[in-house]
Amino acid sequence: MANGAFAESGADLELVGIQKRFPGFTAIENLDLTIPAGSFFALLGPSGCGKTTTLRLVAGLEAPTAGRILIGGSDVTDQKSFQRPVNTVFQSYALFPHMTVLENVAFGLRRRKMADPVGKAHEALLLVELDHLASRRPQQLSGGQQQRVALARAIVNRPALLLLDEPLGALDLKLRRQMQLELKTIQEDVGLTFLHVTHDQEEAMTMADTIAVMNKGRIEQMGAPQKLYELPRTSFVANFLGQSNLFTGPVVGATSAGIAVNIAGQKIIVPLDRAHRTTGDVTVGVRPEKLTMHAHEPAHDAGQNVMGPGRVVDVSFSGVSTQYLVDVPGAGKLIVFSQNMSFGSDALDGAEVWLSWTIDHGFGLDDDPADAPRFAPDLDTRTIAAQRRTSPSAELEEA
Amino acid sequence: MAFAAFSSQTAPAADPTARKKSPVALWLLLPGILYLVLFFLTPLVSLLLTSFKAPTEFGDIGQFSYAFRWENYVDVVTTYWPHIIRSFSYALVATFFALIISYPLAYFIGVKARRWPLLQSLMLVSVIAPFFISFLLRTLAWKQLFSDESFVVQSLKALSLLAPEAHVTGTAFSVIFGLTYNFIPFMTLPLYTTLERLDVRYLEAGNDLYASPFQVFRKVTIPLSMPGIVAGTLLTFIPAAGDYINASRDFLGGTGTQMMGNVIEANFLVLQNFPAAAALSIILMTVILVFVSIYVKRSGTEELL
Amino acid sequence: MKLSLGKWLLPVYSALALLFLMIPIGYTFVFSFNNSIKSNITWRGFTFDKWLNVCNVQNGAVCQAFGNSIFIGIVATVVATILGTMIAIAIVRYRFKFRSQTSLLLFLPMATPEVVLGAGLAAQFLSLGVPKDMLTIILAHTMFCISFVVVTVKARVASLDPALEEAGRDLYGSAVQVFLRITFPLLLPGILAAALLSFALSFDDFIITNFNSGAVTTFPKYIWISAARGIPAEANVLASAVFILALVVVVTVQVSGAAKARRLAKMN
Repeated sequence: MANGAFAESGADLELVGIQKRFPGFTAIENLDLTIPAGSFFALLGPSGCGKTTTLRLVAGLEAPTAGRILIGGSDVTDQKSFQRPVNTVFQSYALFPHMTVLENVAFGLRRRKMADPVGKAHEALLLVELDHLASRRPQQLSGGQQQRVALARAIVNRPALLLLDEPLGALDLKLRRQMQLELKTIQEDVGLTFLHVTHDQEEAMTMADTIAVMNKGRIEQMGAPQKLYELPRTSFVANFLGQSNLFTGPVVGATSAGIAVNIAGQKIIVPLDRAHRTTGDVTVGVRPEKLTMHAHEPAHDAGQNVMGPGRVVDVSFSGVSTQYLVDVPGAGKLIVFSQNMSFGSDALDGAEVWLSWTIDHGFGLDDDPADAPRFAPDLDTRTIAAQRRTSPSAELEEA
Repeated sequence: MAFAAFSSQTAPAADPTARKKSPVALWLLLPGILYLVLFFLTPLVSLLLTSFKAPTEFGDIGQFSYAFRWENYVDVVTTYWPHIIRSFSYALVATFFALIISYPLAYFIGVKARRWPLLQSLMLVSVIAPFFISFLLRTLAWKQLFSDESFVVQSLKALSLLAPEAHVTGTAFSVIFGLTYNFIPFMTLPLYTTLERLDVRYLEAGNDLYASPFQVFRKVTIPLSMPGIVAGTLLTFIPAAGDYINASRDFLGGTGTQMMGNVIEANFLVLQNFPAAAALSIILMTVILVFVSIYVKRSGTEELL
Repeated sequence: MKLSLGKWLLPVYSALALLFLMIPIGYTFVFSFNNSIKSNITWRGFTFDKWLNVCNVQNGAVCQAFGNSIFIGIVATVVATILGTMIAIAIVRYRFKFRSQTSLLLFLPMATPEVVLGAGLAAQFLSLGVPKDMLTIILAHTMFCISFVVVTVKARVASLDPALEEAGRDLYGSAVQVFLRITFPLLLPGILAAALLSFALSFDDFIITNFNSGAVTTFPKYIWISAARGIPAEANVLASAVFILALVVVVTVQVSGAAKARRLAKMN
């Protein structure tokens, strides 16, 4: 990495066979990833899935146990953090409290002995609209302002790759939405490659060109937000990105149009190009907002799947939409999102309803239903409390 | 632990899994640890060895050679057992009174005065202010104030609260008084640190659950402030047991109030009976170590510093 | 429901307790103005003489002792602070074997009675044939200061966000640059506090000094020796001066800290 010069533009990032083991557990098993130059890439996953570790490996703050890291084609695996053309926006911002905002932003430039660090720092602060606070200390700024200074401090160095570690986590909702737009704009204007790590799936879908969903040290699926959302590959992705209704059943027939799966006595059709598995027991699903509720059994249309009758067991109003929980015997409780086009709800608690959806909206997962789910959401308060109790003692044992 | 009370910041728990493994650690640790091994551990070993020395044949006073004369310990205990008992009992009494006096003070500063942080800091400064004047001068001041010709004693005698021939200095009372006074800050600071962190909502919950103020104090406040109490007790008892300034004849003590420290000093510097002084020191150290190990067993070594 | 008497009980008690703590200080201060001749026990009249001519008594023995204490304090502080800071950083930031043994070794000097420490060192110097003088005092003082430095700096290191140093490395700082520009400036308040504590402990130390000083006199030792025949008022003068200086410094730091905090709070 040349001192005294900016990178020409964003560069690709390639991770080849990355493995990271800590004493006591493996954070990353076997990771292969390519991020094209100039894109906004999101690494999405729950806490502990390895996304922050991946970020730190790319930044050079940790070394991989195995594998290589290539930035712009050159192998940087053995290079220390200060030798890589990579900058990080930290989750806690990590602004140096003993320096002014201007000095914070100019820090990287000075270390690389760039010309006119002060001028460039002012430019970066102008970009984030904070130049008027240049002589303040970080402690005197609000959370949102600190976040923008952290961004300016990283961007001013025109890194080939900018890493963002859940940078919007500490902001309130409105500010977060605003910053999401700003970050996207800056990325497009400056043309850098952004790697954004987050557990917020809405944030990832809003900002990123490509999302990789990570779970327990592996990438479950990677692709454009829409593709991931509309055609999830595993039940983890189906449940982590938004919500899904999933059913398991045997394949009872197949045509050129799609496979037919027996769910609760009814034939559910999934198009062939949207089904990952076509024989044996499969898990199929449909998103809640794709379901339509009917008070009476609808006419069977070739392009529609019908399920029912079921009983409405819960109605939840949430402003934009109303969420219904419909219990269909044999299929479980289905979630239905209904946009509130009119006042009042479409169905009352306890009503008998039928559900239908366009065949093209269904998807078939790649999971083998025989395997235990890798990610079983457990919202029982006892489990949560037990997890809270065991995690500190587990950490202490590892130490 | 208590000793962190001397630092101006209480540290948040650092994530232990974030520690690095690196040879740098060795270079950072080695000089200091080596120094301590040389000038702390080795002297203790030296002391132990000295305690078993025997007088050299035909040697002068102060000449000893290496031996295994465990009789030294027997001699020392038989000669000085009153001093040994006295040291620990004075220290215990002083610690007890220091606790009684310091707890309300620490409670006020740490709990009641939370709304005024500047007042808190200034009060704490007042607590440690005595440290800015030499320990000896503080004790001496009390000696003067308790001496027969002083205003205090004269008034007490005039009010018939004291017998005309009675002395205040040179008694167990004055020594224990001196010890208590000198160690109040040592007791107050750890108590303050713990009480400062006391969440008053626990007390409110106690009240809400039908406990009277006294019961809340006994069942909630005291148990929650126990770490501070234990730390303060250790910090007071240990130096008090080995103190010899208060008990010295030039200060607050008399012939009947000599403590282990006085005897060790006398044997070492005056009588040059090094084995005896060493044996006494080892006995003192052992008793202290017993207390420390009980503490360590309860709280583990991570909390020590 | 507290009685109004109950509400005032604790503050009044605390005020009385603090006043009690101040009594010997007041006494020492007052008697520094005593027009004493040899011993400073009875009040003979008010004078500024002792303050103005503090080094004249006994051919300047008091000032000599005071100077020795300052010199020893500075040297011991510097060495102990360096050694202790290094240990503190290692303990907080690094994994190493024998961690609990190290903690114990650092804890013990604070828990050992000074008599034992003093006698032990003296016994060792004796066995090695090292004469007791300025050097032995400095060696002794450094020893017991290290643990206190470690405790004080450790708290500061632990409160230092590691993300700050990572940010430094991320922003192209080499290891040395990160230490000099980020770690050290942020640790400085803790290191200074440790140095101050160390100096105070060394300056006021008597017991360990008494065992290991030979012919050299420090300020506390001078007081001890003169206690028998009468401590000159000049000792009170020096002690009072140190007290006032220390008090002014500490109070200033506290008040300015509070003012700064209030200013920051107003801005947000």
